[in-house]
Amino acid sequence: MFSAIQPTSTWYLILAAVLFGIGAFGVMVRRNPLVMFMCIELMLNAVNLTFVTLATALSNINGQVVVFFVMVVAAAEVVVGLGIIVAIMRRRNGITADDLSALKG
Amino acid sequence: MLDLVWLVPALPLTGFLLIVLFGRKLGDPFAGVLATTMTAASFVVVAGIYFELLSLPSEERKHVVTLFSWIPVGGLQVDMALLADPLSITMALFVTGIGALIHLYAIGYMHGDAKFPKFFMYLNLFIFSMLMLVMGENLLVTFLGWEGVGACSYFLISFWHTRDSAAAAGKKAFVTNRVGDWGMLVAMFMAFAAVGTLSYEGINHAAESGSLAAVTATGIAMMLFVGACGKSAQLPLFIWLPDAMEGPTPVSALIHAATMVTSGVFLLTRMAPVLHAAYPWSSDVIATVGALTALFAATIAVAQTDIKKVLAYSTVSQLGFMFLAIGSGAYVAAIFHMVTHAFFKALLFMGSGSVIHGMHHEQDMRRMGALRKVMPITAITFIIGWLAIAGVPPFSGFWSKDEILLYAFANNRFLYFIGVLAALLTAFYMTRQVIMVFFGEARWNDHAEENGAHGDHTPHESPWTMTAPLVVLSGLAITGGVMQLPFSKETHWLEHWLEPVVHHSEANIKGTWAYDNKWLLLGLAVIIATAGIAASIAVYAKGKFKAVEPQLLADAWRYDSSISAFVGGPGRKAFDAVAAFDAHIVDGAVVGVGTEVRAASGLLRKVQSGLVRSYAAIIGIGAVLVLAWFLLRGVL
Repeated sequence: MFSAIQPTSTWYLILAAVLFGIGAFGVMVRRNPLVMFMCIELMLNAVNLTFVTLATALSNINGQVVVFFVMVVAAAEVVVGLGIIVAIMRRRNGITADDLSALKG
Repeated sequence: MLDLVWLVPALPLTGFLLIVLFGRKLGDPFAGVLATTMTAASFVVVAGIYFELLSLPSEERKHVVTLFSWIPVGGLQVDMALLADPLSITMALFVTGIGALIHLYAIGYMHGDAKFPKFFMYLNLFIFSMLMLVMGENLLVTFLGWEGVGACSYFLISFWHTRDSAAAAGKKAFVTNRVGDWGMLVAMFMAFAAVGTLSYEGINHAAESGSLAAVTATGIAMMLFVGACGKSAQLPLFIWLPDAMEGPTPVSALIHAATMVTSGVFLLTRMAPVLHAAYPWSSDVIATVGALTALFAATIAVAQTDIKKVLAYSTVSQLGFMFLAIGSGAYVAAIFHMVTHAFFKALLFMGSGSVIHGMHHEQDMRRMGALRKVMPITAITFIIGWLAIAGVPPFSGFWSKDEILLYAFANNRFLYFIGVLAALLTAFYMTRQVIMVFFGEARWNDHAEENGAHGDHTPHESPWTMTAPLVVLSGLAITGGVMQLPFSKETHWLEHWLEPVVHHSEANIKGTWAYDNKWLLLGLAVIIATAGIAASIAVYAKGKFKAVEPQLLADAWRYDSSISAFVGGPGRKAFDAVAAFDAHIVDGAVVGVGTEVRAASGLLRKVQSGLVRSYAAIIGIGAVLVLAWFLLRGVL
């Protein structure tokens, strides 16, 4: 019964845009560093989805290759980022991103 | 032997380095012995080179040794090169020869001084610099030596730097010399801009072949003359030399009488073709300045009471004679007088040092007298020096001064007249000095109570290290004239020897009235010397006339004090005004710009809020705006 509805590239792109929007909104609105971090991951994966979709649509493998790079970099970034966040959390209990403004001019 | 030219400056340099490293261990007197040996060894090498050059035909008497390429920058190629030719070897011979004698003398004179090794360290450094100056193959190597001797002169004038006057005299010498060095630098820039090289060979060749424009040559010659005025103490830059007598006496003899102060004369002789290519008035300027300096300094010397000050002004006066010779085109005569002057003036200075040593550091001639009885060797040698400088035949000074006056007469009779007047005064004040120091009554006990321990002592003769150089130099002062006797062309040894260097520029006075009547002029010179001596004896020994020594002359025409008053009064105010302009206007502008920029950036700083989320928002908005821009332009 659902066979009539074939998901096209557009659907995936719209989904990626929605995911990216949620991620960006979360980074701007939430104050918990961990949640902000997860939002960034969401944005990265939204982009990944765009790459994969377009790679399929254009029958070009390059897009999928880029995704692997993004995943590797994201993994490395998680290691470093989480390390920093945990270290800050240990020094100052339960901190929000807005309190870390020591570098203001 | 010719390839060993590098050894000539290298030996004193080695001595300098050894004393720098081991001076304290060597101590008194071995540091002095080492320094003396190095200078004497250098003299031996120069003598070897001299005889080798002498064995060559005269046109081949030129040898350039390039040690290394010093400044290879594009069009500027300067080699560290040494030149052995008749002129440089003549200079090097008397620099090392008299230098070695003065080193030996200084072993005795500086005995017991706390800084004994340091003194010889500076002396060896000076000899090295002086040799670089005279043997350099280009203006820059010469300038290296030029600055080196200036620095050594400064170190040695203020050697007893705990005395305020010595420290001040050193500074005065250095600053005055800088004025002259400016001229030398400008001359080098001009020569390089016009010819594209700094080597003497290149510049002189350009001047001889006529490719150097007369106006450029005039500029170079005049700027070199400014440099020479500073180094060789000519009007108006002579003021440092009398003050330089604050240094130890061997320094006065070596640097401020025999060698360094003659480097201006040497430089102008070296660059003679440029002077020749310049407008004729530039030679007249040099001759006039020289003659005026000779007379001016001689008048001052008449009224000085300090034994070394008399000799200092006398040196200025004799250097004036040399410049008179240069300006008259008599380069050989200038070098001739330079060499004989080095003999007798070094002798006189060392004699005065011996007197000062024997008198326990008393320099006032009014407290001396009758010293010939207690210091016979010093007295006899000093008297020989006196006869030489006064121009009594057959002593060396007579021949050289006469040669200068001969050329001066042929060139400009008014300057000859000034020169004769200066020669007359020279005979007068030198006789006065000899009488005050060695004859008359002994006055050294008159001031016993003022002088404390000094007054009780009877003067004594100096040790052999001091008298031996006096004896050697007095021999040279007697016979030095043999270098260039006026009897026939064959006896002009020095002229033949220097011919390859100066033959293009030497003035030819053959056929002039002066040349035809040179025996008359020679006789006149003898009469003038005798008249000066006789007048002085009448005044100071016989007391027939009252001595006329106006305070104005004792104060050196108030030249020095006028400069001090001018610089200290209106000059000081002008400097203060310039300083205020600098502090308020120039600095105000600079500081003002800085303050304004700071204030503006203070506003911009607020953007850095430190809030990560607002940064994220700005990045987001920015991305959207950029995207919108491209979309609206239809690029994407």
